[in-house]
Amino acid sequence: MYAQMIKSEATQDDPEQLAAFQARIDAGEKIEPKDWMPEGYRKTLIRQIGQHAHSEIVGQLPEGNWITRAPTLERKAILLAKVQDEAGHGLYLYGAAETLGVSRDELTEMLLDGRMKYSSIFNYPTLNWADIGAVGWLVDGAAIMNQVPLQRTSYGPYSRAMIRICKEESFHQRQGYDAIRRMAEGSDAQKKMAQDALNRLWYPSLMMFGPSDKDSVHSAQSMAWKIKMNTNDELRQKFVDQTVPQAEYLGLTVPDPDLKWNEARGHYDFTDPDWTEFYEVLKGNGPCNTDRLAARNKAWDEGAWVRDGLLAHARKRTARKMAAE
Amino acid sequence: MTFDAAMYQFLLRMGDNTLILGHRVSEWCGHAPVLEEDIALANTALDLIGQTQMWLGLAAEIEDKGQSADDLAFLRDAWDFRNLLLCEIPNEDFGRTLMRQFLFDTWHSIQLGHLTKSSDERVAAIAAKASKEAAYHLERSADTVVGLGDGTEESHNRMQAALDYLWPYVGEMFQSDDVDVVLAKAGVAPDPASLREEYDAVLLRVLSEATLTIPDSRFAHKGGRSGAMHTEHLGHLLTQMQWLQRAYPGCQW
Ligand SMILES: [Fe+2]
Ligand SMILES: [Fe+2]
Repeated sequence: MYAQMIKSEATQDDPEQLAAFQARIDAGEKIEPKDWMPEGYRKTLIRQIGQHAHSEIVGQLPEGNWITRAPTLERKAILLAKVQDEAGHGLYLYGAAETLGVSRDELTEMLLDGRMKYSSIFNYPTLNWADIGAVGWLVDGAAIMNQVPLQRTSYGPYSRAMIRICKEESFHQRQGYDAIRRMAEGSDAQKKMAQDALNRLWYPSLMMFGPSDKDSVHSAQSMAWKIKMNTNDELRQKFVDQTVPQAEYLGLTVPDPDLKWNEARGHYDFTDPDWTEFYEVLKGNGPCNTDRLAARNKAWDEGAWVRDGLLAHARKRTARKMAAE
Repeated sequence: MTFDAAMYQFLLRMGDNTLILGHRVSEWCGHAPVLEEDIALANTALDLIGQTQMWLGLAAEIEDKGQSADDLAFLRDAWDFRNLLLCEIPNEDFGRTLMRQFLFDTWHSIQLGHLTKSSDERVAAIAAKASKEAAYHLERSADTVVGLGDGTEESHNRMQAALDYLWPYVGEMFQSDDVDVVLAKAGVAPDPASLREEYDAVLLRVLSEATLTIPDSRFAHKGGRSGAMHTEHLGHLLTQMQWLQRAYPGCQW
């Protein structure tokens, strides 16, 4: 999931108004931008949708890393289309966040100066071509686990953004699986690439769901508001149950010696990711944090003259039009 | 020169232009000045790579040596590439990237417009699809060139510098050779020199609106479309683009 550890804001609103709001949510109604909403609901959503949007934007970097080296024209086209979709997801999500009274530029500033986060997964590098398949398969796969239920989230614009996005994400996942399958069925070197990608990306993918529920603060309020639809552990289990048979089908080994099917639970037992590493990544100590943020800052700073130029031109044009009228 | 040999060269020229320029544009991915530009640049690159598949696919068919479009893209060395030098010029900044795009799109959309009426049905069919995309690219790049040329003092200066730098690479588009003579005679493709008037008219209109000055020199670097001499940049581009195919030959990807 692209939004991790979203802290729910405490709310100090009129209890009667709050109860009426909660009743609407419980009845399955959608909250729209013009409706009354608790301040905590609004702030939590801004943080969550903003973090999701930032993840789409920063997520362009690890995949963009391979566009110029894609091995065939077809794979290059597929990857370009995917990265373009991700940027589009960023656009819809910033649009949804803007309905809550924050501008895209404000959100961008908060990403660039580190006040807002993006998903931990994008702080890991893409080191061989199979990583591109693995990202589609595992990362988009994990994102879907979280985003499919969010199609039913209580906030109308967020829900509608999720419905549009989910269609494309499942397409990405299928394409990613197809790309890594080709590698797993290929030469020894290609198999090695596929296994190497799975080895490196397995645990970071499990981390995408956030820390275990027992350590996850602030979940309850978000779940009552239907901003968060499932617990982190539920989603992680679902992801493991879905992904392990796919890895087996590919002939790849999940890098977890303790992974095994638990007949009694009807689920796989698996090893938790290293949460110390997870918290280090959140603190900025992942393998790519510094470079990712530097790349986004560079793009923004070096693009200032372009944004200023286009804005100045738009103003001149309006002025000329008004003078002519 | 036989008709098929000329045809093969012509198709490489079309496909190499879109391949190399598509590669350059794709280098922007995730680094554009504003999100809408990230999307637009990825979209342009995607269209260009799609067109490459069609042109090089047909080239491979006409060459008839059992090669695929991918073989042509990933296994030829620099001397076998037939793209305009303009397409391989590095991005430098967003200004040069968009100016390069505008200078190319203008030529490309005129060229493709003519090719939709090609006597060769396969060429006409590819052009029919590609010309719609090129018209859209031109609309976008022309708007951006105008916006930045007639924007702030800095954006104006950067766009003028980009135009001045790229100008010597424009003339190559209109240099005719034996290949062109054969194809023009057969009604497959227009004589490149014949497109200059229309090109200059579009340039004059857009660049004056952009408050930019067209350099008065007609000096033109050449060697890209004939393959006689590329820039130093092409080798580096190919090193990156072709690396996987060359390091792991014969694999399915
Ligand atoms: Fe996405
Ligand atoms: Fe995706």
